[in-house]
Amino acid sequence: MDVTTEAKQIMVQALSKMYSSRTQRGGLRLHRSLLLTLVMKSARDIYHSARLTSEKTGQSDTHGVTESTSQAEEPMDTTSSTTTPLRATATQAIEDGQRSGLEGHSHLHEPAGLTVDKENCNPARMDRHSRKRRSKTATEPDFLPCKKAKLEFAEVRGILQASQNNSANCGRALDSLSLVPMPRTIVTF
Amino acid sequence: MDEEIDTRKINNSFLRDHNYATEVQPVQTLDYIDSIKAFFFSDNGQLRSFTQPEPPLMRRQEAFNRTADIISTVEFNSTGELLATGDKGGRVVVFQREQESKNQPHRRGEYNVYSTFQSHEPEFDYLKSLEIEEKINKIRWLPQQNAAYFLLSTNDKTVKLWKISERDKRPEGYNLKDEEGRIRDPTTITALRILLDHKTVKLWKISERDKRPEGYNLKDEEGRIRDPTTITALRVPVLRPMDLMVEATPRRIFSNAHTYHINSISVNSDYETYMSTDDLRINLWNLEITNRSFNIVDIKPANMEELTEVITAAEFHPNQCNTFVYSSSKGSIRLCDMRTSALCDNHSKLFEEPEDPSNRSFFSEIISSISDVKFSHSGRYLMTRDYLTVKVWDINMESKPLETYQVHDYLRSKLCSLYENDCIFDKFECVWNGTDSVLMTGSYNNFFRMFDRNTKRDVTLEASRENSKPRAILKPRKVCVGGKRRKDEISVDSLDFSKKILHTAWHPNENIIAVAATNNLYIFQDKVN
Repeated sequence: MDVTTEAKQIMVQALSKMYSSRTQRGGLRLHRSLLLTLVMKSARDIYHSARLTSEKTGQSDTHGVTESTSQAEEPMDTTSSTTTPLRATATQAIEDGQRSGLEGHSHLHEPAGLTVDKENCNPARMDRHSRKRRSKTATEPDFLPCKKAKLEFAEVRGILQASQNNSANCGRALDSLSLVPMPRTIVTF
Repeated sequence: MDEEIDTRKINNSFLRDHNYATEVQPVQTLDYIDSIKAFFFSDNGQLRSFTQPEPPLMRRQEAFNRTADIISTVEFNSTGELLATGDKGGRVVVFQREQESKNQPHRRGEYNVYSTFQSHEPEFDYLKSLEIEEKINKIRWLPQQNAAYFLLSTNDKTVKLWKISERDKRPEGYNLKDEEGRIRDPTTITALRILLDHKTVKLWKISERDKRPEGYNLKDEEGRIRDPTTITALRVPVLRPMDLMVEATPRRIFSNAHTYHINSISVNSDYETYMSTDDLRINLWNLEITNRSFNIVDIKPANMEELTEVITAAEFHPNQCNTFVYSSSKGSIRLCDMRTSALCDNHSKLFEEPEDPSNRSFFSEIISSISDVKFSHSGRYLMTRDYLTVKVWDINMESKPLETYQVHDYLRSKLCSLYENDCIFDKFECVWNGTDSVLMTGSYNNFFRMFDRNTKRDVTLEASRENSKPRAILKPRKVCVGGKRRKDEISVDSLDFSKKILHTAWHPNENIIAVAATNNLYIFQDKVN
């Protein structure tokens, strides 16, 4: 199985497990949440490096690299928005994690900020797929959960627009990948 | 009997050479609910006083599928006379070994239900809107100091000290009731009776209370006031031996000390203190004091986002009351000495094995997380269990384990599916035998594994009803990894991952093991030669 596909699957499953653990009796398990986060991180790193390797060998122009970063954003975007606390009892840790995750996203969005925002500006499209730039190499991210709260979408968009001007590392897409902090999805109490 | 001897001759169990287990023979299968039912309707029809949530005549099928009956912990006491199990429904069932009778010498002492009680109830934390599960995570016995037995049981948040004691005398000799409880005809009562128990005469004071007149002179047992003119004599109630009644009472409740979920408790060899461990902290308690505990380990980072590991298990050294170990989700074990400082955040020893880079996968972190750590009885060795292996460490050597045993390495290629069905998060326990020569741990498909440290041989056995007729010998099982499957082998893909053995216990002195397979408790012992 393709490493990137496997990585995607693992990340999606991790997210759904995190979701379902919220409704579990006895409350969230810290150990389990930590392990899921580590798996996410591990899968994300492998996904990125696999994508970069394939992109490097496939297309050498920066456009390709940019595409790869935007494609690489998919799981990260998923991470950030799908872990938006849906319950009032979510802790600061999650929210902090998302801030840091989203700020990282802004770095990545920078190279193609305008284009991405144009797509994001469409509030009617709830489907995640619309946020992604169409690309030859991209596969439809059908693994991503479809249901999104409207609030999340607008929230994320707002944050992206706000932080767009703050980022400085627009050209250094490759480096920013390694610098992006992993959004922490550990819920603590 | 002859059949057993023949089977023994034919059976080529490679553990045959050893004293501890020639062939492993099941003594009894205690269906958890059946055993409770047996207790419920004991021979003389007396009902024991304990909370029994389901109706007593529940059919076995229904009983089998109840989540609340899933056994969550198993523990022998220090002599092996008692065996306690805790379940997801918060109940504790204690089994006691029958005294071996001279009449049936080949019938080894079997375990019968001794006491059942509801240890923990589900609670609700209103502040955090969280339900606190009543599942019993761990039971630890205290050493016996008098006629009563004491154990600690814990759920996610609260530890309780239970006293289990016997009552074998009851009052008898009422004036207006006879031995069977029927009301006596007052005209037949002619004299005062004082029944002696074996050696003593008791002096009773009979007095009336304000609210409720007591004493069987003035009313019968339904509470109706008797016509005083019909009472002709006075009787004094006395104590008389009765059938055994075992009662469990909570003596201490240690609560509100843990923010995270308690995963272990361990009694210190000083018999005065014990520790309780949650994901990030370890607290030290005095058994007598419930409103105060001391935090001895705290690995909570200032910023929770930087959390990289949690504590998964902890245990006191069996002999040195100042030493304990705790294991982490990263696969390391830390040994701490409480004499060095009040807060043992800095370890005295760190046991860690560098990861084999060729085995690196998405799931490396998950499978390296240690699910159980146990000191050997000697205190010289440590045993740890992670998802695929059991490791024995010498406490004098921190760099790598002394021995590594593969429990079910055939699962290494299946980690992705095991992650999908959540089995990769299962926490298996491990146990030493009494002489520290054999290790035991559970696996899937109701298999459990034993490793002999001296001969380096291992065996896979199955705890199932089909294989466990009383007195039948357990046959070793084998999982075939690929290629041609032999007749008795089972292939990896046919393994039932819903049947997992997470909890096992080994008698401290003899070769008797208790294996918890979901709802059922199996007790096996080695054959008598």
